[in-house]
Amino acid sequence: MRLLPVGQDSLLIDLDGPGEAQAWHAELLRRRDTGTLTPVREIVPGEKTVLLYGVHDLPGIRAELLRWSAPAPAADSDDLVKIPVRYDGADLAVVAELWGMSEDDVVRVHSGAEYRVAFSGFAPGFAYLTGQGEPYVVPRRAQPRTSVPAGSVALAGTYTGIYPRSSPGGWQLIGRTSVTLWDLERQPAALLVPGTRVRFVPLSEEAAA
Amino acid sequence: MSDGKVEVVRAGALTTVQDLGRFGHAALGVPRSGALDQPAHRLANRLVGNPADAATLETTLTGVAVRATRPVTVAVTGAPAPVHVDGRPAAWGSPVHLPAGAVLGVGAATFGLRCYLAFSGGIALSPVLGSRSTDLLSGLGPAPLKDGDILPLGEPAGAGAPRHHLTLFDGPPRELVLPVLLGPRDDWFTAAAVRTLAAGRFSVSPHSNRIALRLDGPALERAVDGELPSEGMVLGAVQVPPDGRPVLFLADSPTTGGYPVIGVVPEARLSAAAQAPPGLPVRFTPLRNRRPAGRAVSP
Repeated sequence: MRLLPVGQDSLLIDLDGPGEAQAWHAELLRRRDTGTLTPVREIVPGEKTVLLYGVHDLPGIRAELLRWSAPAPAADSDDLVKIPVRYDGADLAVVAELWGMSEDDVVRVHSGAEYRVAFSGFAPGFAYLTGQGEPYVVPRRAQPRTSVPAGSVALAGTYTGIYPRSSPGGWQLIGRTSVTLWDLERQPAALLVPGTRVRFVPLSEEAAA
Repeated sequence: MSDGKVEVVRAGALTTVQDLGRFGHAALGVPRSGALDQPAHRLANRLVGNPADAATLETTLTGVAVRATRPVTVAVTGAPAPVHVDGRPAAWGSPVHLPAGAVLGVGAATFGLRCYLAFSGGIALSPVLGSRSTDLLSGLGPAPLKDGDILPLGEPAGAGAPRHHLTLFDGPPRELVLPVLLGPRDDWFTAAAVRTLAAGRFSVSPHSNRIALRLDGPALERAVDGELPSEGMVLGAVQVPPDGRPVLFLADSPTTGGYPVIGVVPEARLSAAAQAPPGLPVRFTPLRNRRPAGRAVSP
């Protein structure tokens, strides 16, 4: 763990990998909920980091972070959200070509893995889902689309993301879902908050079940 | 006094509703948003007897004109600009009585970019995630104003305008000086890049907006190639995209980003950045931040 300074009142916890970052994020939320964390305005997870933004007692939390440890969350400890997907994205053939397999196999690989929300960004409710291994890397599109429809299920790097609303976007589209990712009437507004476990269910399979 | 409404007679180039911002949702990708020039927003509210978190209007360069359905105390702060009530000159930086039906005009900024217009009672649109601020990056909060829009006013707090007040402003700055606390990713840059940051002649790019102050000037050289895994970003972050030109994150900036942040400008200096017009020279003064790592701390 490296503790990096961020401005006057914030701290970036730099960790070795996504698993460790997710464990520390969960641990810091747990400590906040149980009142054993100095007041922090925002706790923002990243791929390999956790940002403590607006810390009340910076020297105090530095000392505590060096003493604390973060147990890895149990595989089945958090909520599991199932997302039905119609795998008919405009870039499905491109991904199949990249991975050297049929489109059906892309669907099998993608829906066969369990994912976890590592962090959010890009737009409110846009979750970066980890869980896919190294061989299944996908580059961003050379030319981003000016408009990607809401509900598009897309890949970039080893991440899966779902566009919460229509927006420009450079990820490769493999499918779409009718699930509402962002709803201001809901608490929290985001369906996929950091730490959530996610599975994608091919829509034909769902209909048959 | 019954609640009134404000009618937008002339929306101006870009006028948005702003308050102190949207807190507590950064982990879901929700930007802070809020008034770019927070001291000016707070002053405008104080002048009309509002709490600091009441919503004001933030104008851009060309001002705004509005009409209220009830008598209301208003105040214009931020960038100095001509103020008129039904065509008659009125005070900038002071409480102004606006009779029901009269038109308040805020003209083009004399210098600076953004004026703040407060109404006694505040703009009373429904908050979204705890704030009435317009967030231009993510589209949360009310849309930028259009001619003819009607905005509800809240009940005045009863504090009234302060009896004594003095609104000062410095003349137009000849340059924008921004202290930068180095980190978290200054080690991604060469020592020469930090010298370039300190000595380089930068200027405000015309592509600046509420999301970021973009800078023209020399490129900052990276010591580490490759992509930075996305990490949390703060207001005031000086992020360096692949072209090497630093970008200063303002209120509507994204909550995570994948380009390294060489340093962070303290929030107290961002109000000056918010008033810096395109072409204004910018000078950074990099400062070593306290290095928390490696410091022995006894429990």
